[in-house]
Amino acid sequence: MGSATSELPSSRTPLRDTAENGLKIVVVGGFGVGKTTLVRSVSEIRPLNTEEVMTQAGAGVDEMPESTGKTTTTVAFDFGRISLNDRLVLYLFGAPGQKRFWFLWDRLFAGTLGAVVLVDTRRMDESWYAIDRLEHHGTPFVVAVNRFDDDSARHSLEEIRAALALPAHVPLIECDARVRSSGKDVLITLVDHLHHLARERELTA
Amino acid sequence: MRRPVDVGDPDRLYTVTGGRSRSDGSSFDLVTLIVAECEPAVGQQSEHARILELCRHPTAVVEIAAELSLPITVVRILLEDLQATGRITPRHPRVAASATLPDSALLTEVLHGLRNL
Ligand SMILES: Nc1nc2c(ncn2[C@@H]2O[C@H](COP(=O)(O)OP(=O)(O)OP(=O)(O)O)[C@@H](O)[C@H]2O)c(=O)[nH]1
Ligand SMILES: [Mg+2]
Repeated sequence: MGSATSELPSSRTPLRDTAENGLKIVVVGGFGVGKTTLVRSVSEIRPLNTEEVMTQAGAGVDEMPESTGKTTTTVAFDFGRISLNDRLVLYLFGAPGQKRFWFLWDRLFAGTLGAVVLVDTRRMDESWYAIDRLEHHGTPFVVAVNRFDDDSARHSLEEIRAALALPAHVPLIECDARVRSSGKDVLITLVDHLHHLARERELTA
Repeated sequence: MRRPVDVGDPDRLYTVTGGRSRSDGSSFDLVTLIVAECEPAVGQQSEHARILELCRHPTAVVEIAAELSLPITVVRILLEDLQATGRITPRHPRVAASATLPDSALLTEVLHGLRNL
């Protein structure tokens, strides 16, 4: 530990000392759909990777060693960060969308503002579970279609909405996860949607 | 992406946490910001010292975990140690961890922040 100024590796950008409220948005989707790419394109730090080691007992678990009645699973997820102002910091979590990660979701979704479901139209069936789960949780979300260059079908948004059985009130947009402004638009669409929901609730309360 | 430290190694987890396998609750959210109240001390457990270094500026629990290459669960236990002796202060997220939405005023602030990116 050298001088006070060399306290951190140069790659690390600390938050402002006034930062006091951490907010969460989760990006879910199937393998290779562009979650990490989206997080990277809007994050002020290089996406970091971390793990939850989950010890679980009970229902919904595939493997249950008889000896312990428990199973331990390690799930990796990545995240990025956006300082919104002097006090607010938004964390973006990229989470795998497969069914076997449901227990990670329960953790990540606790206290989250909302979610982005990232969809690859070549593998739309991988989005079903995520959408179903979010609806079940009551977590507000938007769906963003990440267009890949070799997607020859080019389904329209209406076709995609129908294929996903997505209710009319859920925003559905296109994006290019590699492009910062596009990623930013996805987040704005989500927070706009959340704002509408909050206003509705406040006016009827 | 795999990281060099096998955080699932039971021996390492045992060493770092003094044999405890679970923290006693959900006191630290992934985005709780941790602030050190003192400098690392000589002879301190190295993970504790690393956390105090990182948290000279507010640092989220999840960032601490990534920097230390330790699972979140282990970091929570370490943070409980440090909090118990007053060496850190947590700044907890102020969005209800319930089904209710945050209020529109907060969301307006978030929107402004995003538009100004
Ligand atoms: N053409 C195109 N390629 C993209 C786009 N978004 C991501 N990719 C590429 O798709 C690949 C997978 O992207 P990732 O961001 O790693 O996907 P992921 O969802 O994080 O993947 P996993 O974490 O492995 O599930 C990478 O090679 C990206 O460069 C996009 O919008 N268009
Ligand atoms: Mg990824």
